[in-house]
Parts: sequence; C-alpha cells; structure tokens
Amino acid sequence: MKKFRQLRPQLLALAVVLVMVGLISPGFFSVTVQNGRLYGSLIDVGVRVAPVALLAIGMTLVIATKGIDLSVGAVMAITGAVAATLVADGHSVPVVLAVSLALGLLCGIWNGVLVAFLDIQPIIATLILMVAGRGIAQLITGGVILTFNDPAFSFIGSGAVLGIPMPILIWLAMGLAVGLLVRRSALGLLIEAVGINRRASMLVGVRARFLILATYAISGLCAAMAGMIVTADIHGADANNAGLWLELDAILAVVIGGTSLAGGRFSITASLIGALIIQALNTGILMSGWPPEFNLIVKAVVIVTILTLQSPAVADELTMLRDFLRRKGAQK
Amino acid sequence: MIRARNLPFVATVLIFLIAYGLCALQFPNMLSFRVVGNLLTDNAFLGIAAVGMTFVILSGGIDLSVGSVIAFTSVFVAVLIRAGVHPALAFGLALIVSTGFGALMGLTIHALKMPAFVVTLAGMFLARGAAFLISTDSVPISHEFLKTLKGLFIQLPDKGKLSFLAIVMLLAFALGVVLAHRTRFGANVYALGGSEQSAELMGVPLRRTMIQLYAFSGFMAGLAGLAYTLYTSAGYSLATVGVELDAIAAVVVGGTLLTGGSGLVLGTLFGVLIQGLIQTYIVFDGTLSSWWTKIVVGLLLFAFIVLQRLILLISERRAAMRSAAGE
Repeated sequence: MKKFRQLRPQLLALAVVLVMVGLISPGFFSVTVQNGRLYGSLIDVGVRVAPVALLAIGMTLVIATKGIDLSVGAVMAITGAVAATLVADGHSVPVVLAVSLALGLLCGIWNGVLVAFLDIQPIIATLILMVAGRGIAQLITGGVILTFNDPAFSFIGSGAVLGIPMPILIWLAMGLAVGLLVRRSALGLLIEAVGINRRASMLVGVRARFLILATYAISGLCAAMAGMIVTADIHGADANNAGLWLELDAILAVVIGGTSLAGGRFSITASLIGALIIQALNTGILMSGWPPEFNLIVKAVVIVTILTLQSPAVADELTMLRDFLRRKGAQK
Repeated sequence: MIRARNLPFVATVLIFLIAYGLCALQFPNMLSFRVVGNLLTDNAFLGIAAVGMTFVILSGGIDLSVGSVIAFTSVFVAVLIRAGVHPALAFGLALIVSTGFGALMGLTIHALKMPAFVVTLAGMFLARGAAFLISTDSVPISHEFLKTLKGLFIQLPDKGKLSFLAIVMLLAFALGVVLAHRTRFGANVYALGGSEQSAELMGVPLRRTMIQLYAFSGFMAGLAGLAYTLYTSAGYSLATVGVELDAIAAVVVGGTLLTGGSGLVLGTLFGVLIQGLIQTYIVFDGTLSSWWTKIVVGLLLFAFIVLQRLILLISERRAAMRSAAGE
C-alpha cells in the first residue's frame, strides 16, 4: 500500500492522459481478440512503448547513480545492425540473440569504464558513443537499410504468447527481473547511496565504481533488447533512424517517473509508468486525427506541466500550502 | 610556460594545424584560400550556435534546444518573407523571438530549480513543434536584400572569398571573446560554472545571469538560424536536427570543460573548424562515406576528454607537491 501511495502522482497523470485520449477518440479502450492475439489501441500503446520502456529501465538505474546515458539510441542502432546482418547471413536465432546482447553489454561496459574508472562526466562520456555509434552502425550495414525475412527472428517484434504480444512480455519481464534484482537485495539501496554521495558511500565500503559500471552495463543490455525489438518489428535495420532520439524519451520517462536527475531515490515502476504516459500521448495524438504538426507541441506542453508540478520549487510551495490549510483546519 | 588550464586549447589548435598540414600533403589544393573560405562559410551557422553553447557550458549548463531553434528561425523567417515582409524586419523579429525563448528557458531553470538538461529538452520539442506548425514544407525564398547580403564578401588571394556568413561567424566569435573575458557577465558565467553556491555567496546575481545566459544562447541560435536560411535560401522545419550535439562536441573538442568554469571561446572556433576539416577531407577524398565524420568526431571527443583528465590529474598532483614542499 505504501508503494502505491508513492506512485500516486504518476498513476494519476497516466489516468488523466488516458481519460483525455479516451474522450478524444472513443474507440481507445476497446480490446478485441483476433487470431488468438489481443488487438486494440491500449494493447498498441503497450507494444509501441517497448523500446522506450526497456531503455527507461536501464536509464533509471544510471540516473539513480547521478549519471545519464545518452548513447542508448546509438547502441540500439548498432545492435539492430548487427542482428540484421547476422539474420540475413542465415545464423540461428539463439546465436543472433547472444551476439547482439553481448554487444549491447560491451557498449554499456565501455560507457561504464569511462564514467566509473576514468571519472569522465557521464553526459560527455556517453556522448562519445552517441556521436560515433550511428557511424559505426552505418559502417556495419554499409549505409543501406538491411532487410531480412526470417519468421523466427521477427517473432520478437510481432509474435504473441497466450495472446499477449511479445514486446509487452519482454519489457514486463525485464522490468520485473531488474526490479526484483535491485529491490529484493541491497543493490538498490547501494545504488541510491552512490547517487546521493559517491565519496561517502565509498568511505563506508560500497564498491561504487563497480556498481556504476554495472548500471551502465544493464543500460547497454536494455538498449540491445530495444534495438532487436525494433529490428524484428520492421524486418530490417535502419542505421540512421533506429532509436533516433529515443534516449531523450527514455530520460523524460524517468524524470516524469519522479527520479531526480541529481541521483538518489529511484523507482523503476514509476519510470515505466512515465514511459506509458509518453506513449499514450503519442498514440492519442495520432488517433485524435489532429494534424501531426501538433504532436511535439502537445507533448512539450503536457511534459512541462507534469514536470512543473513535480519540480522542487513548486513541490515546496504545495507542501507549504498544505501545511497552511491543515493548520487552518486545526484552528477551527 | 603554457598554463595547464590553457593546454587543451593549445592542443586543439595544434591538432587542427597538423591535421590541415597532413590533408594538404595529400591534396595540395586544400591549401588554397578558396578552401579556407568555404570551410568558414559552410560551418558558419554551426560556429555561431557554438558560441552561445560555449557560454552555457562554461556556466555548467547545457542547451539542447539549439538545433530546433535554428529550424524554427529559418521557417519563421522564410514564411514571413514569402508573405511579403521585408527580410530585415523578419530577421529582427526572429532574433527577438529566439532571444525571448532563451530567456524564458533561463527563467524556468532558475525559478523551478529544474536541471537545464530537462528544461532545454522540453524547449527542443516546443521549438521543433512550433516550426512544424508554421510549415512542414521546405519554403524557398528569394529577395533582392538577401541577394545583396550574399553578394557581400572580402576578396582573398587566388579567387578565395571571405563570405558574408563567414564574416558574421567571425564577428560572433569576437563578440563571444569580449563578452567572456572583458565583461561582468562573462566573469559571472565563469563563476557560476566553478560553483553555483560560491558564486551566489560572492554576490553573483544568479537569476539575472541565468536569464541573460540562456537568452544569449537563444540569440546565437536565432542568428545561426538566419545564417542557415541565408546559406540554403530556404526554411525547412526538419532541418538541423542534432546540431546541438555538433555544437556541444565542438565546444568540448575546443577545450572547454563540460563541468563548467574553464575554457576559451576561441577554442570552440577550432573545434568547429576541425569538424569542418574532416568533412572537407571526405569531400576531397571522394571515396569515403560521410558517416566517417561521426566516427572521427567521436574518436576526437574521446581523445580530448582523456587529455583533459590527464591535465587535471597532473595539475592536481603538481598542486599537491607544491603544498607539500611549502610546509
């Protein structure tokens, strides 16, 4: 119950966005079953959110250590390119999965080494891979959009188990796995300690460098999964556009979820809700039939509103207002 | 003796000169004034935007909205000119809008105590969205006034031209250097980047400096937008996506610390020129694909960051040794 109360602002925001979208486009909440698979706008939101949701999981941990990972979009492009190349060359799905995931992990470790061991500022350390990564991805695909036709690999993007589309299952499973890993052990607490004060945490014996490295590695792994879902979904790798600007959406999802960019307290569930808010907004605007030119403006306005309500300055004001009202109530 | 603080700047200039020398060895034509003139013209809008970005980064902040503001300005101006407004008036209006937009972001960052990263990210969406609202098509423009501006240049030897755009960029850098090193505003920005708390205790007006800072960055982004419009003779809302990253890369390669407080505006000019040089080399070579630019810029970023770390380590060690010797 306590957990639920902590998530209240995010859940409220999601509910408001969903109701607004539902009012604009009445068919939004209808879910049907066709060919043994769930269909409907709500399900679509769940499927489309998969890349950002996966990125947000890793990003939450990275941001909790007071870091940031700008490279995830580029890592998606790299792993997507490699996966497409391997599939097109006729390698089996397990090999493709293993190589791509390992590659994502490697990219994450590279970022982690730069941040944790060379003490480079996270934003600039990950900027390197963000800038160079897309070039590397194009190097792999040879500058063309690599397409393939492999039902087994495409299953990741468009398949369904028990009627539930695979992308939904993947991000739910990953969120659950990472969430359990950090919350059912002391890892989450230690990550928060590093994010709040790295020096102090090191002095009490937390292996901060290793923990920071691990968060970037997980972020790379999540990016690899997101990259494969996108690649499997479009049956090809587009080095130029795969994951383009998704790092920003992922960061926004984390921030909307209430995790501070200054590090410390984090919540993976809240970040996932943040990702759902962004995606519900995207889908809603698409379905509303408004000209697509409005997309960015509406998105920006909603995000600014949510962030303003959450900002430290406004939060202080609200607390003061509440205390004031409570005191007044007590006087009566 | 070069001060450790200025070492990154010296290294940038040296790398630029050596790289240019190597390119010239392979393609002797690269030494001509025409190539130099084009190098400056082609990167004018990036350079102008990077001047604003240098200040923001010196203060320890970041401005992600630059690319979107450039696109917005170019569409805004193009649509106004198409509607019959005189370009000079359109330019003025665009600069007012972009400066105001920047000031608003600065105010938001200060008043809501939100990270610059998030606020300018929202600003990036907003400016790009506003550009889409004005027009999603590429709007071509032609006007006598624009032709006159484009026709202005300083003749250099062997058919080289220092174009109007190049002159504007160099003036922008001159303005940046004066602002950074000769005004109270510049000193405040450096102080802010060193430590916000110390700056406030020293009496730096945080609110005013923050608004001025992002207004300046907005102004420079607007000016870059005008330069881009003039350069392409069109306004397009999908243009200049990701220019903010190029600008940040130029600032970092130019030797400015991303943590703020240390760096030179002039270094950014060389950061921009190095990126331009890579592109020029790729054009001259003819067989390399343009994505090599990205990879090389990434590698350069890496090299410079490691260099900065080393310099910091050495200067810290030196300071420690000095204090040990003093005792």
